[in-house]
Amino acid sequence: MKENWRPSCTNETLKARADLFGQIRAFMAGNGVMEVDTPALSPYANTDPHIESVTASLRLPGANDKLSLYLHTSPEFAMKRLLANGSGSIYQICKVFRSEEFGNLHHFEFSMLEWYRTGFGQHELMDEIAVLLRRLQWPETERRSYRSGFEEYLGFNPHAAEPGRLSAKAEDLGFAGGPADESTLLDFLFNHSVAPNLGVYNPVFVYDYPACQAALARVREGDEGYPVAERFELFISGMEIANGFYELTDADEQRDRFKRENRLRQARGLTEMPIDETLLGALEHGLPDCAGVALGLDRLLMALTRASSINKVRP
Amino acid sequence: MTTYSTNEFRNGLKLMLDGDPCSIIDNEFVKPGKGQAFNRVKIRNLKTGRVLEKTYKSGESVEAADVVGIELQYLYNDGEMWYFMDTSSYEQVVADKTTMDDAGQWLTGEEVCEVTLWNGVPLSVLPPNFVELKITETDPGLKGDTATGGAKPATLETGVIVKVPLFVEQDEIIKVDTRTAQYVSRVKD
Repeated sequence: MKENWRPSCTNETLKARADLFGQIRAFMAGNGVMEVDTPALSPYANTDPHIESVTASLRLPGANDKLSLYLHTSPEFAMKRLLANGSGSIYQICKVFRSEEFGNLHHFEFSMLEWYRTGFGQHELMDEIAVLLRRLQWPETERRSYRSGFEEYLGFNPHAAEPGRLSAKAEDLGFAGGPADESTLLDFLFNHSVAPNLGVYNPVFVYDYPACQAALARVREGDEGYPVAERFELFISGMEIANGFYELTDADEQRDRFKRENRLRQARGLTEMPIDETLLGALEHGLPDCAGVALGLDRLLMALTRASSINKVRP
Repeated sequence: MTTYSTNEFRNGLKLMLDGDPCSIIDNEFVKPGKGQAFNRVKIRNLKTGRVLEKTYKSGESVEAADVVGIELQYLYNDGEMWYFMDTSSYEQVVADKTTMDDAGQWLTGEEVCEVTLWNGVPLSVLPPNFVELKITETDPGLKGDTATGGAKPATLETGVIVKVPLFVEQDEIIKVDTRTAQYVSRVKD
């Protein structure tokens, strides 16, 4: 008999996990958000150069050749097709898969809660998440801009910083990665100096990200003369828990971003990914104005049960 | 030039950093959901002993340091240099005072030491954990006083001074733990 057959999560944690899923489903039902479950396998994949898809292959009945598919890295594209088709507000709890991610806070397979609210902007969605957090364990949440966090812990405005300043600061703090683009330097600085301080007492939402980190969020001209992405993240105990967007609905801009990401992949020696034409079709038809968020359920459970590693909350 | 990818990072791996050989003592994978993945490592500079925190982009390659640990027999010193021999190849290795640090104060000859070599040159020398050395000078012993727990200084044959219990006599051989520089026991002839 294999010695280590026991699951890494205790029965107590298993119960906490079931309770969490139950509370989320009750919360969504109470708000009129419908549960959906979209396919995990797709011929299209995520072009984001920082996210690697897991590939799967299968054979259709009678076929000679195997079909190569990708396991989803998030159910975002499939859910946006439902939204464009008039589903109204929806949510999903599912497993997502990401190659090359493993560590105390990372696993190549993890559970995600993804939800979309039609007619919401980023702050209205943060309001709703705050209500959910209140029901779970956290009576209060805080909110601050990316810029204010950066200014407090690094001493300068990230939106107006010269590239030389970012790289000099990064090198000071132990960045040994050599020449790096603006977004990589911001990732390093934010994760090194800002994120560990966020959510130590109350969960903290960080909003208005630099435009170069927009991902699938809309970019607006900020009041102070630089563009910001209407994107937010949630931090608890320094841990990134959720990432949300005021969703980009412009099909042309979405196509440009996909292409730009594939060019970046090519430049970095990564495989280009097949662009999801069905998503672009849905955006061309028209995605309703909406905000969406992806929340890592394993990490949320880590915070709820004070677990030190993601392995301890995985069944 | 040998290189390691960040995927190969693990504790004890030897890397070059700013021209110095270093050893990884902690390696953490850090990645924002929508951003660049990093390996945040704690790394010890093997020349200075200082511990630094460095962050590499995941997937990057880093130059390997040719650092090996081997067991060498101590032969003698001439006050400036310390001479060791590989007992299988009879090759000699020479370490200077800085490299020896405190290791020399425990050695009389023939001890097998753990020597760390970088490109064939010693970086550090570890004496055996326990050595047996003769006391060349100490105050007269208090016979039968094995209970009070008092201690007195004793000079050993290599010149190093350690604290010994009051009952221990001059010319006796004692066993010392070199990691703590503490007396362990008397050695009966």
